[in-house]
Amino acid sequence: MNKKTVLHFILITGALSLFVLTPMAFGLSDAYRGNIYQVGTLKPIDSVLRVKVGDRAPDFTLPSVSGQKVSLSQFLGKKNVVLSFVPAAWTPVCSDQWPGYNVARDLFNQCDATLLGITVDNIPTLFAWTNQMGQLWFPVLSDFWPHGAVAKRYGVLRANGVSERALFVVDKKGIIRYIDVHDINKRPPLEDLMGALEKLKKGD
Amino acid sequence: MRRILMVSTMIAILLSISVFAALAAGKPPEKGEVLPVISLPIPRNPEERNYLGLSGSGLFKIPQIKARAVIVELFSMYCPFCQKDAPGVNELYRLIENNPDIKNKVKLIGIGAGNSPYEVEVFKKTYDVPFPLFPDKDFVIHKVCGEVRTPFYMVVRIDENGAHRIVHIQLGEYPGAEPFLELVLKASGLK
Repeated sequence: MNKKTVLHFILITGALSLFVLTPMAFGLSDAYRGNIYQVGTLKPIDSVLRVKVGDRAPDFTLPSVSGQKVSLSQFLGKKNVVLSFVPAAWTPVCSDQWPGYNVARDLFNQCDATLLGITVDNIPTLFAWTNQMGQLWFPVLSDFWPHGAVAKRYGVLRANGVSERALFVVDKKGIIRYIDVHDINKRPPLEDLMGALEKLKKGD
Repeated sequence: MRRILMVSTMIAILLSISVFAALAAGKPPEKGEVLPVISLPIPRNPEERNYLGLSGSGLFKIPQIKARAVIVELFSMYCPFCQKDAPGVNELYRLIENNPDIKNKVKLIGIGAGNSPYEVEVFKKTYDVPFPLFPDKDFVIHKVCGEVRTPFYMVVRIDENGAHRIVHIQLGEYPGAEPFLELVLKASGLK
């Protein structure tokens, strides 16, 4: 082997080993990493809406983590309802929304609104996951069986079986007044949802 | 053979450049290091400006805060652990402000990773946070800090000549105001 060849081999081996070893060097020391599955960056939206603003919101009845069944129609004439679909339990914490809505309870009350959190996970999964969030003030509903039936009815069930990260605002008459099917990788800013709820307040 | 070697070498060099670039983009800050460059807007609120010892408008960097030690909490309104820690961190602020020996030497700020100004304000109001909080809506600062989970606490010691160093970092596991203050004072040489 001539010197040039040896030099090439050293360069290649050195550079490749750096590339291979670097992911270990990052080792984000975090207490919670063990429980969170990194899904990576997903296609922002992977569904077609089946409802639009102005439609009557499809009614549904789903089991909740607290053990009771909850129907959308039980809020007719009483509360504006925010449906918050999130993709799945135990996916990256940084994009979680519900612990944030948990502290925004007063803002929801001011708009005479309640919140229904919905995922396609089963009840035991939702129970374990939401326990980590502290005491939630709103019902958490399981759209597990028939799998994603409510998400599908609204047109927010993705091809891989999770729901979109979607928000629907339904007024006291049961009419959809706001829809945000958000980029699944990002969290919808709270001010956008509150803006939509404030508009209902003004219209009432 | 020679051609293959040339191409492989070029690919390897390109790979390592991208790795170095990724490394430079931000790994989690570590004790003993200089703080990553974090630019924050000088608060408009006069009380907050006075608290931090800043004047004028525009941006400032954390070592420009008039203090011997700055405690930085990377938090999120959406983070249940940050929510749980909030009363304890408020208590830390009060312990510092009620102690004339350290009141002007130790300052506390929070940076809301991925939080909009509105969301930071909701957190501030909900927990009655008495110290300045800054939004990091697009995760710019969070990325520079190696995309750490939250709450992430950093203690920065600032010397009289303006040199600074991270003297403590901690992910979660907030021990309470008194033990944490003790730790801050020891780490920053104020005790």
